[in-house]
Amino acid sequence: MNSILEGFSEAFGLLISLDPDLIEIVLLSLRVSLTAVFFSALIGLPLGAVLAVAKFPGRRLMIVLINAFMGLPPVVVGLVVYLLLSRSGPFGVLGLLFTPTAMIIAQTILITPIVASLTRQSISDLWLAYRDLLHSFDASPMQIMRTLLWEGRVSLMTGILAGFGRAIAEVGAVMIVGGNIDRATRVLTTAIALETSKGDLGLALGLGIVLVTIAIVVNILTLSVGQVVGGQSLEGRAP
Amino acid sequence: MWLFNRFILALLFAILLVAPRVATAQENSITVAVTTSFENSGLAEVLLPQLLEDTGLEVRLVVVGTGQALKLGENGDVDAVLVHARQAELAFIEAGFGTERIEIMYNDFVIVGPSGDPAGIRDMSGVAEVLGQIATTESIFSSRGDDSGTHKKEISLWALAGIDAENLEAPWYRSTGSGMGATLNIAAATDSYILTDRGTWISFGNKQDLQILFDGDPPLNNQYSILLINPERHPYINMEGARLFADWMASERGQQVIGGYRLEGEQLFHPNASMAGGPS
Repeated sequence: MNSILEGFSEAFGLLISLDPDLIEIVLLSLRVSLTAVFFSALIGLPLGAVLAVAKFPGRRLMIVLINAFMGLPPVVVGLVVYLLLSRSGPFGVLGLLFTPTAMIIAQTILITPIVASLTRQSISDLWLAYRDLLHSFDASPMQIMRTLLWEGRVSLMTGILAGFGRAIAEVGAVMIVGGNIDRATRVLTTAIALETSKGDLGLALGLGIVLVTIAIVVNILTLSVGQVVGGQSLEGRAP
Repeated sequence: MWLFNRFILALLFAILLVAPRVATAQENSITVAVTTSFENSGLAEVLLPQLLEDTGLEVRLVVVGTGQALKLGENGDVDAVLVHARQAELAFIEAGFGTERIEIMYNDFVIVGPSGDPAGIRDMSGVAEVLGQIATTESIFSSRGDDSGTHKKEISLWALAGIDAENLEAPWYRSTGSGMGATLNIAAATDSYILTDRGTWISFGNKQDLQILFDGDPPLNNQYSILLINPERHPYINMEGARLFADWMASERGQQVIGGYRLEGEQLFHPNASMAGGPS
């Protein structure tokens, strides 16, 4: 009980004082997770659209796999990326282990299935609604996917936010491939794990509250972008 | 509204780009895998800045359990390893993963338990007797159970009491499979006995009703050594940096800093590098 109160006062203190160490950790967390979100959107949006629209052998299997991979345990992703990037692994020569780049790679792998799977679902629904219309325009598959992705942008944003939420909150993968190195690869979640292991539960909870606050801020910012973009689309679509 | 939208996007990208460019591996930096107990003691925060000042070498610590630290060394993912598990260290050198084992310092383990001391170990004279008593009275004991240096030490201490803890299946013996801090948190919540290193114990913030009930027996001493990675297996490691690190730690200067470190008024580490014969 004491620790919970302590946590809130720690969080308040941390946010008020703008402790430079904390800012560094927060900025690295955002940089790693937002970059991972960027790349997973780059891969996941087209992949989800192709799976929704195109017909090809193995499509069902891919959908099943991608849905299943939404539940990839972060620690397993971390372990696999570690084995790949380890000096003794196939990509060891790149020297990426214990760098933010390694953390971005791990989180991208972790959240791309989420973005792809949710994209496929949204685009499938839209495809059902617009199929006849788009066929009547004789649109090419490329045009179809582009149109559907644009039309579904608001719900796609939710998928991307789900990916961001998972990335910023996971600790298992970044702990293994980043190493939680002070001033180099320490992010909010690994710092929380560290403080918990030191028995400094108040500070740990304080950092946790900071993390949740950041997630809320990012969601609010995205929502306002979504409203602006989404609003225009409704006007444009009005008959 | 479009302006606002653009502004937000620009802001997000700015965060992405301006976020601190992380210290990319400089020539004068090494990565060292160390055990949690070393990091938790707070010694690193005194030692590493001093090392940087004296030699210009920046040491980046990856804090893991002994088992994982040795694995990172074996794979060449770190330039040196600083651990406390003599048998495993000797095996590491034997297997050719490392070229050299340099003893640096020792600290000690303590047996912590609920202040009521249900097993009645407080005034005993030897750790074997203490553990035997805990087993006889079936008092709850929390074990790391994670193949860490501390866990290996614990197994060897149980062996002194004639108990095969690795194959022990008793409801009072709880293997947590977690780090030192996590296991201490569990011990504090369940009022159990636990073996921990003194440094972690002093700096641990969630002691609740636990206190040190037994310490000072020589088998509880805990030797720390640096292992240098074999450059023939991993030519890209920063051998010079690792050598500089080990030499400084074993030098009179490094040994002085180690011996002078106090945590809440207590000396934690006793320097005993053979080449320097620093003060003890």
